[in-house]
Amino acid sequence: MTHPRGIASIGRNADGHVTTLALTTHRVLRWLQSPRPYLMFIGFALFLGFWYLAVEVWKLPRFAEMPGLTTVISEWVSRAPTYGLSLFTEEYYLHIWVSTRRIAIAFFLATATGVPLGLFLGWSTRFRQYVFPVFELLRPVPPLAWVPLAIVMFQGSETPVIFLTFLASFYATALNTMLGVESIDVSYIRAASCLGAKRWQVFRHIVVPGALPFIFTGLQISVGVAWFSLVAGEMVSGQYGLGYVINTSYTMVRYPTIVIGMITLGIVGYLTSAAIRLLGDYMMQWRTRELALGGDR
Amino acid sequence: MPIAGVSPQTARTGGVRIVDAVKMYGSREAGVLAVDHCTFDVPAGAITVVVGPSGCGKTTLLNAIAGFHSLSSGSIHLDDEMLCGPGKPKAEPGPDRIVVFQNGALFPWKTNIENVAFGPIMQGLMGRSEAYEKARAMMADAGLRGIENNYPGEISSGVRRRVEIVRALMTDPKILLLDEPYRALDSLTKSVMHEALLEIFYKNRVTIFFITHDLEEAIFLGHRVVIMTTRPCKPKKILDIDIPHPRDYSVLTTKRFREYMDETAAAVHEEATLAFAAGERER
Amino acid sequence: MTGLGRGLFRAASFFTGEEFWRGAAAIAVFLLFWEVGSRSQMLFGFAFPWVGQVPAPSGVLKEMYRLILEPSFWGSAYLSTMRVLEGFLAAMAIGIPLGLAMAVSRTFYGISFPVFEVLRPIPPLAWVPAAIIFWPTQEMSIAFVTFLGAFFTIVINVIGGAQSIDVRYFQAARSMGSSTFDVFRRIILPGVLPSIVVGATVGIGITWAVVVAAEMISGGGSAGSMGGAAGGGLGFFIWNSYVGGSYTQIVVGMISIGIAGYASSAILRKIGEWMTPWLAEG
Repeated sequence: MTHPRGIASIGRNADGHVTTLALTTHRVLRWLQSPRPYLMFIGFALFLGFWYLAVEVWKLPRFAEMPGLTTVISEWVSRAPTYGLSLFTEEYYLHIWVSTRRIAIAFFLATATGVPLGLFLGWSTRFRQYVFPVFELLRPVPPLAWVPLAIVMFQGSETPVIFLTFLASFYATALNTMLGVESIDVSYIRAASCLGAKRWQVFRHIVVPGALPFIFTGLQISVGVAWFSLVAGEMVSGQYGLGYVINTSYTMVRYPTIVIGMITLGIVGYLTSAAIRLLGDYMMQWRTRELALGGDR
Repeated sequence: MPIAGVSPQTARTGGVRIVDAVKMYGSREAGVLAVDHCTFDVPAGAITVVVGPSGCGKTTLLNAIAGFHSLSSGSIHLDDEMLCGPGKPKAEPGPDRIVVFQNGALFPWKTNIENVAFGPIMQGLMGRSEAYEKARAMMADAGLRGIENNYPGEISSGVRRRVEIVRALMTDPKILLLDEPYRALDSLTKSVMHEALLEIFYKNRVTIFFITHDLEEAIFLGHRVVIMTTRPCKPKKILDIDIPHPRDYSVLTTKRFREYMDETAAAVHEEATLAFAAGERER
Repeated sequence: MTGLGRGLFRAASFFTGEEFWRGAAAIAVFLLFWEVGSRSQMLFGFAFPWVGQVPAPSGVLKEMYRLILEPSFWGSAYLSTMRVLEGFLAAMAIGIPLGLAMAVSRTFYGISFPVFEVLRPIPPLAWVPAAIIFWPTQEMSIAFVTFLGAFFTIVINVIGGAQSIDVRYFQAARSMGSSTFDVFRRIILPGVLPSIVVGATVGIGITWAVVVAAEMISGGGSAGSMGGAAGGGLGFFIWNSYVGGSYTQIVVGMISIGIAGYASSAILRKIGEWMTPWLAEG
């Protein structure tokens, strides 16, 4: 693969190595010089424009009851919103906080249990033979199907919701971790054995770092799945939270707030995914640099 | 048996004896024979090169010596010790027999120096700072100064191979097992790699067991060349190359070299044709 | 050995192998733990946490036998399956062409992908109220939400698959004089097929999850129902069982959905293997 034009121009530090900051700046500049930002602008303009026109200008019959773009935006940024929720109300941030907190708890629990389990499932054939069938037995049941049982099993209204979210996340993380271990080239393990590493040393120095790319992909999927389950759970039971907001806004006929809720969900969901991806990029410096120097993909 | 360029005093340990080795995959009726009663010696302190068409089973032999595969019957001995044989079909992998892999196995998530220092640290032979010092010295010795803190992904594959060889030599192995390490390199880089390998050999005198499909590479590098039949493999012809060491690339155009090529080309070509007709796939 | 003979041999060695028995043993232990735990109140005088409230597997089995004979149960199963199929097929019908268009034209990709990526993190269920407002019938709004669930996954997989087709295939075809349509038909379509299969297999799992959730929310939900006309389906069945207090039925419902979801994924995978025979070889 040929190096992209201009790679020689990336700033180097005293050792002659390319710093991560320089690499990032270089890539951002190249992005700005390409047609991509402008196409993106066109895309959003078309989408938002259609929404605006369909509801507020052409007044298409199907869109009659939909809140229009201007209504939603003005509500969202108003200091005294008609329906009580905007960027300037405290309640708005309360709901965001409640949802995010639930995600955080469920996600950390799922990662703390899913990653070790996945590592062992991938590493030890015997362990996998015992545990994987039970694991697979429970997996096909969708998260929301657990809701009534969760309510029966756990006390309170918070725990069932967090349990649902945890379950979905857990499966995604464990599976991807297991896949990550299985995907490690056997030559690395053999090389380590040759060099005298004992089994636990191979696990620590080869298996864990080697599976990390897959683990982080799994974590990104896991957080997405967590939001999916959380919203479902919040819509059915529980109080506060973005899913709850969307649900009640519908029943109380506060339509613009529905859209505000959806937009907020999208933003927060995207941010959590991005945060994980950035963490992964940082922890796997070796990979980011290899990919960046090899070309833009 | 005396070998050109290796006097008995400088010969080290690391001689391998392969005795009637057989490897069969699968069951008795529906099995595939990969190695068919191979017997030959790998003399200590010398370079032995095994040449054969792709898929003939030479990698299986190497893996048996290294301890990654078991033998169906026969035995393999290192110096006076039995590595594997009756009662113990599979050897244990260990730092006395280190493998350099075809596609390279430098750990991508460790820097080059972390890779090189890996062996001694894992075995507890040295503390971290001591190991790093030795690693730095050995890398500098091999002309690899300056890339210690890079990741393998940042350097070219030729340089990666050299770092891998230094890593293998850190723990003073008895024998170095090279599995077509230069297969994926272009021929210009290859010629540089050959001279680098010979330099390392002249410095360390470690026994080398080298697998390739390239006859020229084999005759250029080897003290002893073993030509294998196509699958199942069996030594077809064994030659002791009497071109004196130290060798460099001017050797390629000498008359003696061309004579060796003449002697062996027909045999190799015959096996290659057979392999082609049988539809052998590269592994 | 004949094909049948070989198949029987493999089946026999599977069932007598250690892999099978270890897995079976673990499952047996799991069921035992469940049974004892759910009866813990009776057996030990105090209930285990969590497990103690769950209905016992023996009870679940009995209930399952009873329900298999009930036509209304199968009616619910049928309803859910239909909804899954509608949404899934719609997602494939729209998602595959869209994904291909995005992979083939960089301009189209540049315009549509950012919008797509912005909408993707919004969970499908968050769309439910908006869908109900927009679509005339509740059935259609459930179908729309179901469609969304699978749609994003399929498009992402199609794009990934198309982008990973080795550029040399295109070059080879061009050098042999293929027209653009030919290239599309003979290189892009088969090249993308494996990714479509992966996207479909994952997507249908998501579709089941969304259908069950949507049925529960429409038919139940603590915030009140959103119109009960389009009730029914297995999700509704589970919620109803909860409200009606028959917990064993809840578990039967969960198991049924699990089986249905697993079976649909397996069927899709089989279809996928049949459509991509070249992948099976070594």
